[in-house]
Amino acid sequence: MAKTNTAGPGPDNVLEQASAWREAGQDVALATVVSTWGSAPRRPGAQLAVTAAGDMAGSVSGGCIEGAVIAEAREVMEEGEPKLLEFGVTNDQAWEVGLACGGRIEVFVERFD
Amino acid sequence: MERATREQLLADRAAGRPVVLATALDNGEQRLLHRDEGAAPFAEAAAATLRFDRAETREIDGRRWLFNPWNPPLRLYIVGAVHIAQSLAPLAAHTEFNVTVIDPRRTFATAARFPGVALDTAWPDEALATYTLDSRSAVVTLTHDPKLDDPALAAALESEAFYIGALGSRRTHAGRRERLAGQGFGEDRINRIHAPVGFSIGARGPAEIAISILAEAISVLRTGQ
Repeated sequence: MAKTNTAGPGPDNVLEQASAWREAGQDVALATVVSTWGSAPRRPGAQLAVTAAGDMAGSVSGGCIEGAVIAEAREVMEEGEPKLLEFGVTNDQAWEVGLACGGRIEVFVERFD
Repeated sequence: MERATREQLLADRAAGRPVVLATALDNGEQRLLHRDEGAAPFAEAAAATLRFDRAETREIDGRRWLFNPWNPPLRLYIVGAVHIAQSLAPLAAHTEFNVTVIDPRRTFATAARFPGVALDTAWPDEALATYTLDSRSAVVTLTHDPKLDDPALAAALESEAFYIGALGSRRTHAGRRERLAGQGFGEDRINRIHAPVGFSIGARGPAEIAISILAEAISVLRTGQ
């Protein structure tokens, strides 16, 4: 009987997915939440991996900044230089994605080699 | 992230080794930090983020770094396939603990009483020796029987388990303390045992007692007390 417990539950396998894409020859960028102010759906450390083809795993927000992060991620993939992004979320936008108090999110985007 | 960093990080995760990825936010320089490794400010930041399982930024020598921890899964070993365990096992599993119920008494440790729960009918200390008992693990003894509880507690006290709880009254615990002291455990070590187990919430019945135990374990995990 195998007695080693397997990796924990939950959606926290972004790195494994990103690595699988990379091994398959795709260009991949990794975005990580660095800090948040106010109400934010994802905590620091949360990650989103994206490929040049547009595949995604994980998330860095409730959806409101993913589009912008993906656009920046494409640049990072091409140029190789990491970026530190900061997003302000207005209260109007925030309401749409469940950030009831608004807030700011800082996201680090790097190429995943 | 460089390929070598990624491969090491994934290897650590696969092996259940706690690891912290430190990233300099100015240029993306990265370091993987394991416990008790690295220069003081890095080692201290790594230890803190692992302990509280929370990423954070710190400024070191004028540069801002993100410390992102990857901890192995939470584990709970319940010794005693008793009534309280029937509530505690599913509650803890719902809270994302990897749960194992240990009881050599086969009439207690049955799949019918514990559907979907990992059961082990080895003697508690022998069973625990075969599992990962690390700083993300909790051990709770519920049998009321020193023959079963004591060996499990001794194994837990030898480990880095973050939470050790033992069911039983203060008087029962006083006797337990004496027996463990007789086995050579010092007072500081014995003080790691939370007994009577669980927060005092006036719990009535097995389910409420299970909640008080889980609440105490989570409190110790998240706040250190």
